[in-house]
Amino acid sequence: MSNLRILVATKRVVDYAVKIRVNAAGSAVETANVKHSMNPFDEIGTEQAIQIKEALAKSKAGTAEVVVVSCGPSKSQETLRTALAMGADRAIHVDSDEELQPLAVAKLLKAVVEKEKPDMVILGKQAIDDDSNQTGQMLAGLLNWPQATFASKVELGDKSMTVTREVDGGVETVKTPLPAILTTDLRLNVPRYASLPNIMKAKKKPLAKFAAADLGVDIKPRLQTLKIAEPPKRQGGKLVESVDDLVDKLKNEAKVL
Amino acid sequence: MTSLLTLAARRVPLRLGRAVTSVSNQIRNISSTPLDPSVGLTDDQKELQSLARNFADNEFAPKMQEWDENQYFPADVLRKGAELGFGGLYTREDVGGSGLGRLETSIIFEALSTGCVSTTAYISIHNMCTWMIDSYGSEEQRQKYLPKLTSMEQFASYCLTEPGAGSDAGGLSTTAVKKGSHYVLNGSKAFISGGGSSDVYVIMARTGGPGPKGISCFIVEKGFKGLSFGKKENKLGWNSQETRAVIMEDCEVPVENLVGSEGQGFSIAMKGLNGGRINIGSCSLGAAQASLEAALEHVKVRKQFNQPLANFQNTQFKLADMATSLLSSRLMIRQAATMLDQDHPSVASFCAMAKLHATDECFKICDDSLQLHGGYGYLKDYKVNVYLRDSRVHRILEGTNEVMRLVASRSLLTE
Repeated sequence: MSNLRILVATKRVVDYAVKIRVNAAGSAVETANVKHSMNPFDEIGTEQAIQIKEALAKSKAGTAEVVVVSCGPSKSQETLRTALAMGADRAIHVDSDEELQPLAVAKLLKAVVEKEKPDMVILGKQAIDDDSNQTGQMLAGLLNWPQATFASKVELGDKSMTVTREVDGGVETVKTPLPAILTTDLRLNVPRYASLPNIMKAKKKPLAKFAAADLGVDIKPRLQTLKIAEPPKRQGGKLVESVDDLVDKLKNEAKVL
Repeated sequence: MTSLLTLAARRVPLRLGRAVTSVSNQIRNISSTPLDPSVGLTDDQKELQSLARNFADNEFAPKMQEWDENQYFPADVLRKGAELGFGGLYTREDVGGSGLGRLETSIIFEALSTGCVSTTAYISIHNMCTWMIDSYGSEEQRQKYLPKLTSMEQFASYCLTEPGAGSDAGGLSTTAVKKGSHYVLNGSKAFISGGGSSDVYVIMARTGGPGPKGISCFIVEKGFKGLSFGKKENKLGWNSQETRAVIMEDCEVPVENLVGSEGQGFSIAMKGLNGGRINIGSCSLGAAQASLEAALEHVKVRKQFNQPLANFQNTQFKLADMATSLLSSRLMIRQAATMLDQDHPSVASFCAMAKLHATDECFKICDDSLQLHGGYGYLKDYKVNVYLRDSRVHRILEGTNEVMRLVASRSLLTE
């Protein structure tokens, strides 16, 4: 392979360490004035793309261009700048103030893929705000591309990739031709810190903006959230006298058996 | 042999590149409170701050107490920071520096200090040395020493204070006599941060007559003939830095290692102190921020008389006073940094007053936080005591707070 183009999808989400609250209307999680950052699995995706680029450069087997994309309101550009500061080459912001559910994002990304013609698309396995775990798979379906999800290891071959996946039953290795979809899992890599010089350099890297409307995609939500509530307050424990008593409580009170 | 479960539990925080070690490390919704240290910053400055805070949370915070307890100098973690550009924040880029301004530097030190004050303070001392060589050194000196210093392949120490010359720095007695191709240095320096572990020493010595105008600045390398070190000092805080006396007995320093010209040393030192004062003040800000965050968490959780401490008016008023002090300190430090960037004629006063105010107020905030923790604050299991002990010395070094009053009043009363 000579020149690889890797498209990395990123999402701006509420920071993982924030103690989230349901908003006053009871309709959604409160996101106003709350710290946001890049979805951790997308950081892993960005890191993986940069590592592939560095490995190619080091072995002189070719070059890679890392293009990072994010769909969302104007604040999504913060996330893109973080990715540029880590080492991505350029960024694309698909601008929309509407609620974007996974299917809509997959359709928007398909439009970007058709413009950019990447050799692989890397996404996080899920976003930590909605935990949908759908976008990568839906994108693969829409593009009719192979997919390797929950990746814990990736090796690039000649027009192919070999991916070790973490699945419920253990670990599975698949090989797919390129172009393909990859979704990242936790143990794939440890994302680097952006260095100060790279943060300064990132300001000069190209960041293109498209309105979601201009991509000719139907992004209307298909799912409606009916209710959102905090989990019930933690109750005191109870001491049980016997195993039978414990089993009875687990069955009839906690209802977990 | 740890079980897989323990391994998995421990691996997760490390793999994400972050360590969530305790409630007090979790980010509160600070962005909606006046304690948010990013208020008033540009987007670029916020990015730098974010990087520094993440680095502090992940690399410093989990280890801070261990380093304090074991008096361990974390060279490996410092070098990791240097890879990101912390080794030469306001040193020029051609020698590996980051070329930032003093305000950006202050923001970064403040953020790093929330993780470990002592280690951040050392970074600031190292940065002052690299800046001195960068600003006043010859091109040969810059190219010879700075690349290794900005990467922290080598560490630097700053040597001005002597057993007989602290506040009266201009009265120092270490001599430097020119003999052919060398200066021969005789004397000793006290309380040198990094003394013994550093590779490069920026030393002020007397080449001329008495008083400030007779002082010159030299670059001395560990290993030069006649350079030795005293015992490692046992300190109340700043325990992740080794502090020793630096002793020169007929220490031979090549003439090429004179920085600037003979007699310029004191002026270099004074310029260095302006920035150094902002840096130390910034470290105090970080200590106070972390202590206040810890206190806020504690008073919501700790109950007495059937209610959280946060319900009592005294607690509320105390927290309000602490937050007010922190904000005033932060504003003064940041303004002084801006004055330094802009080279305001009264910059020395701005820096002195900011240092005076911030170091005094922030120490009080750490002390108040310890009080709010009650008996638990006195236990080393909790972090507050480390912030308190580390920030205590900030009222003394870089010019005592008494000397800060001298500097400020002089500028007020001079015609």
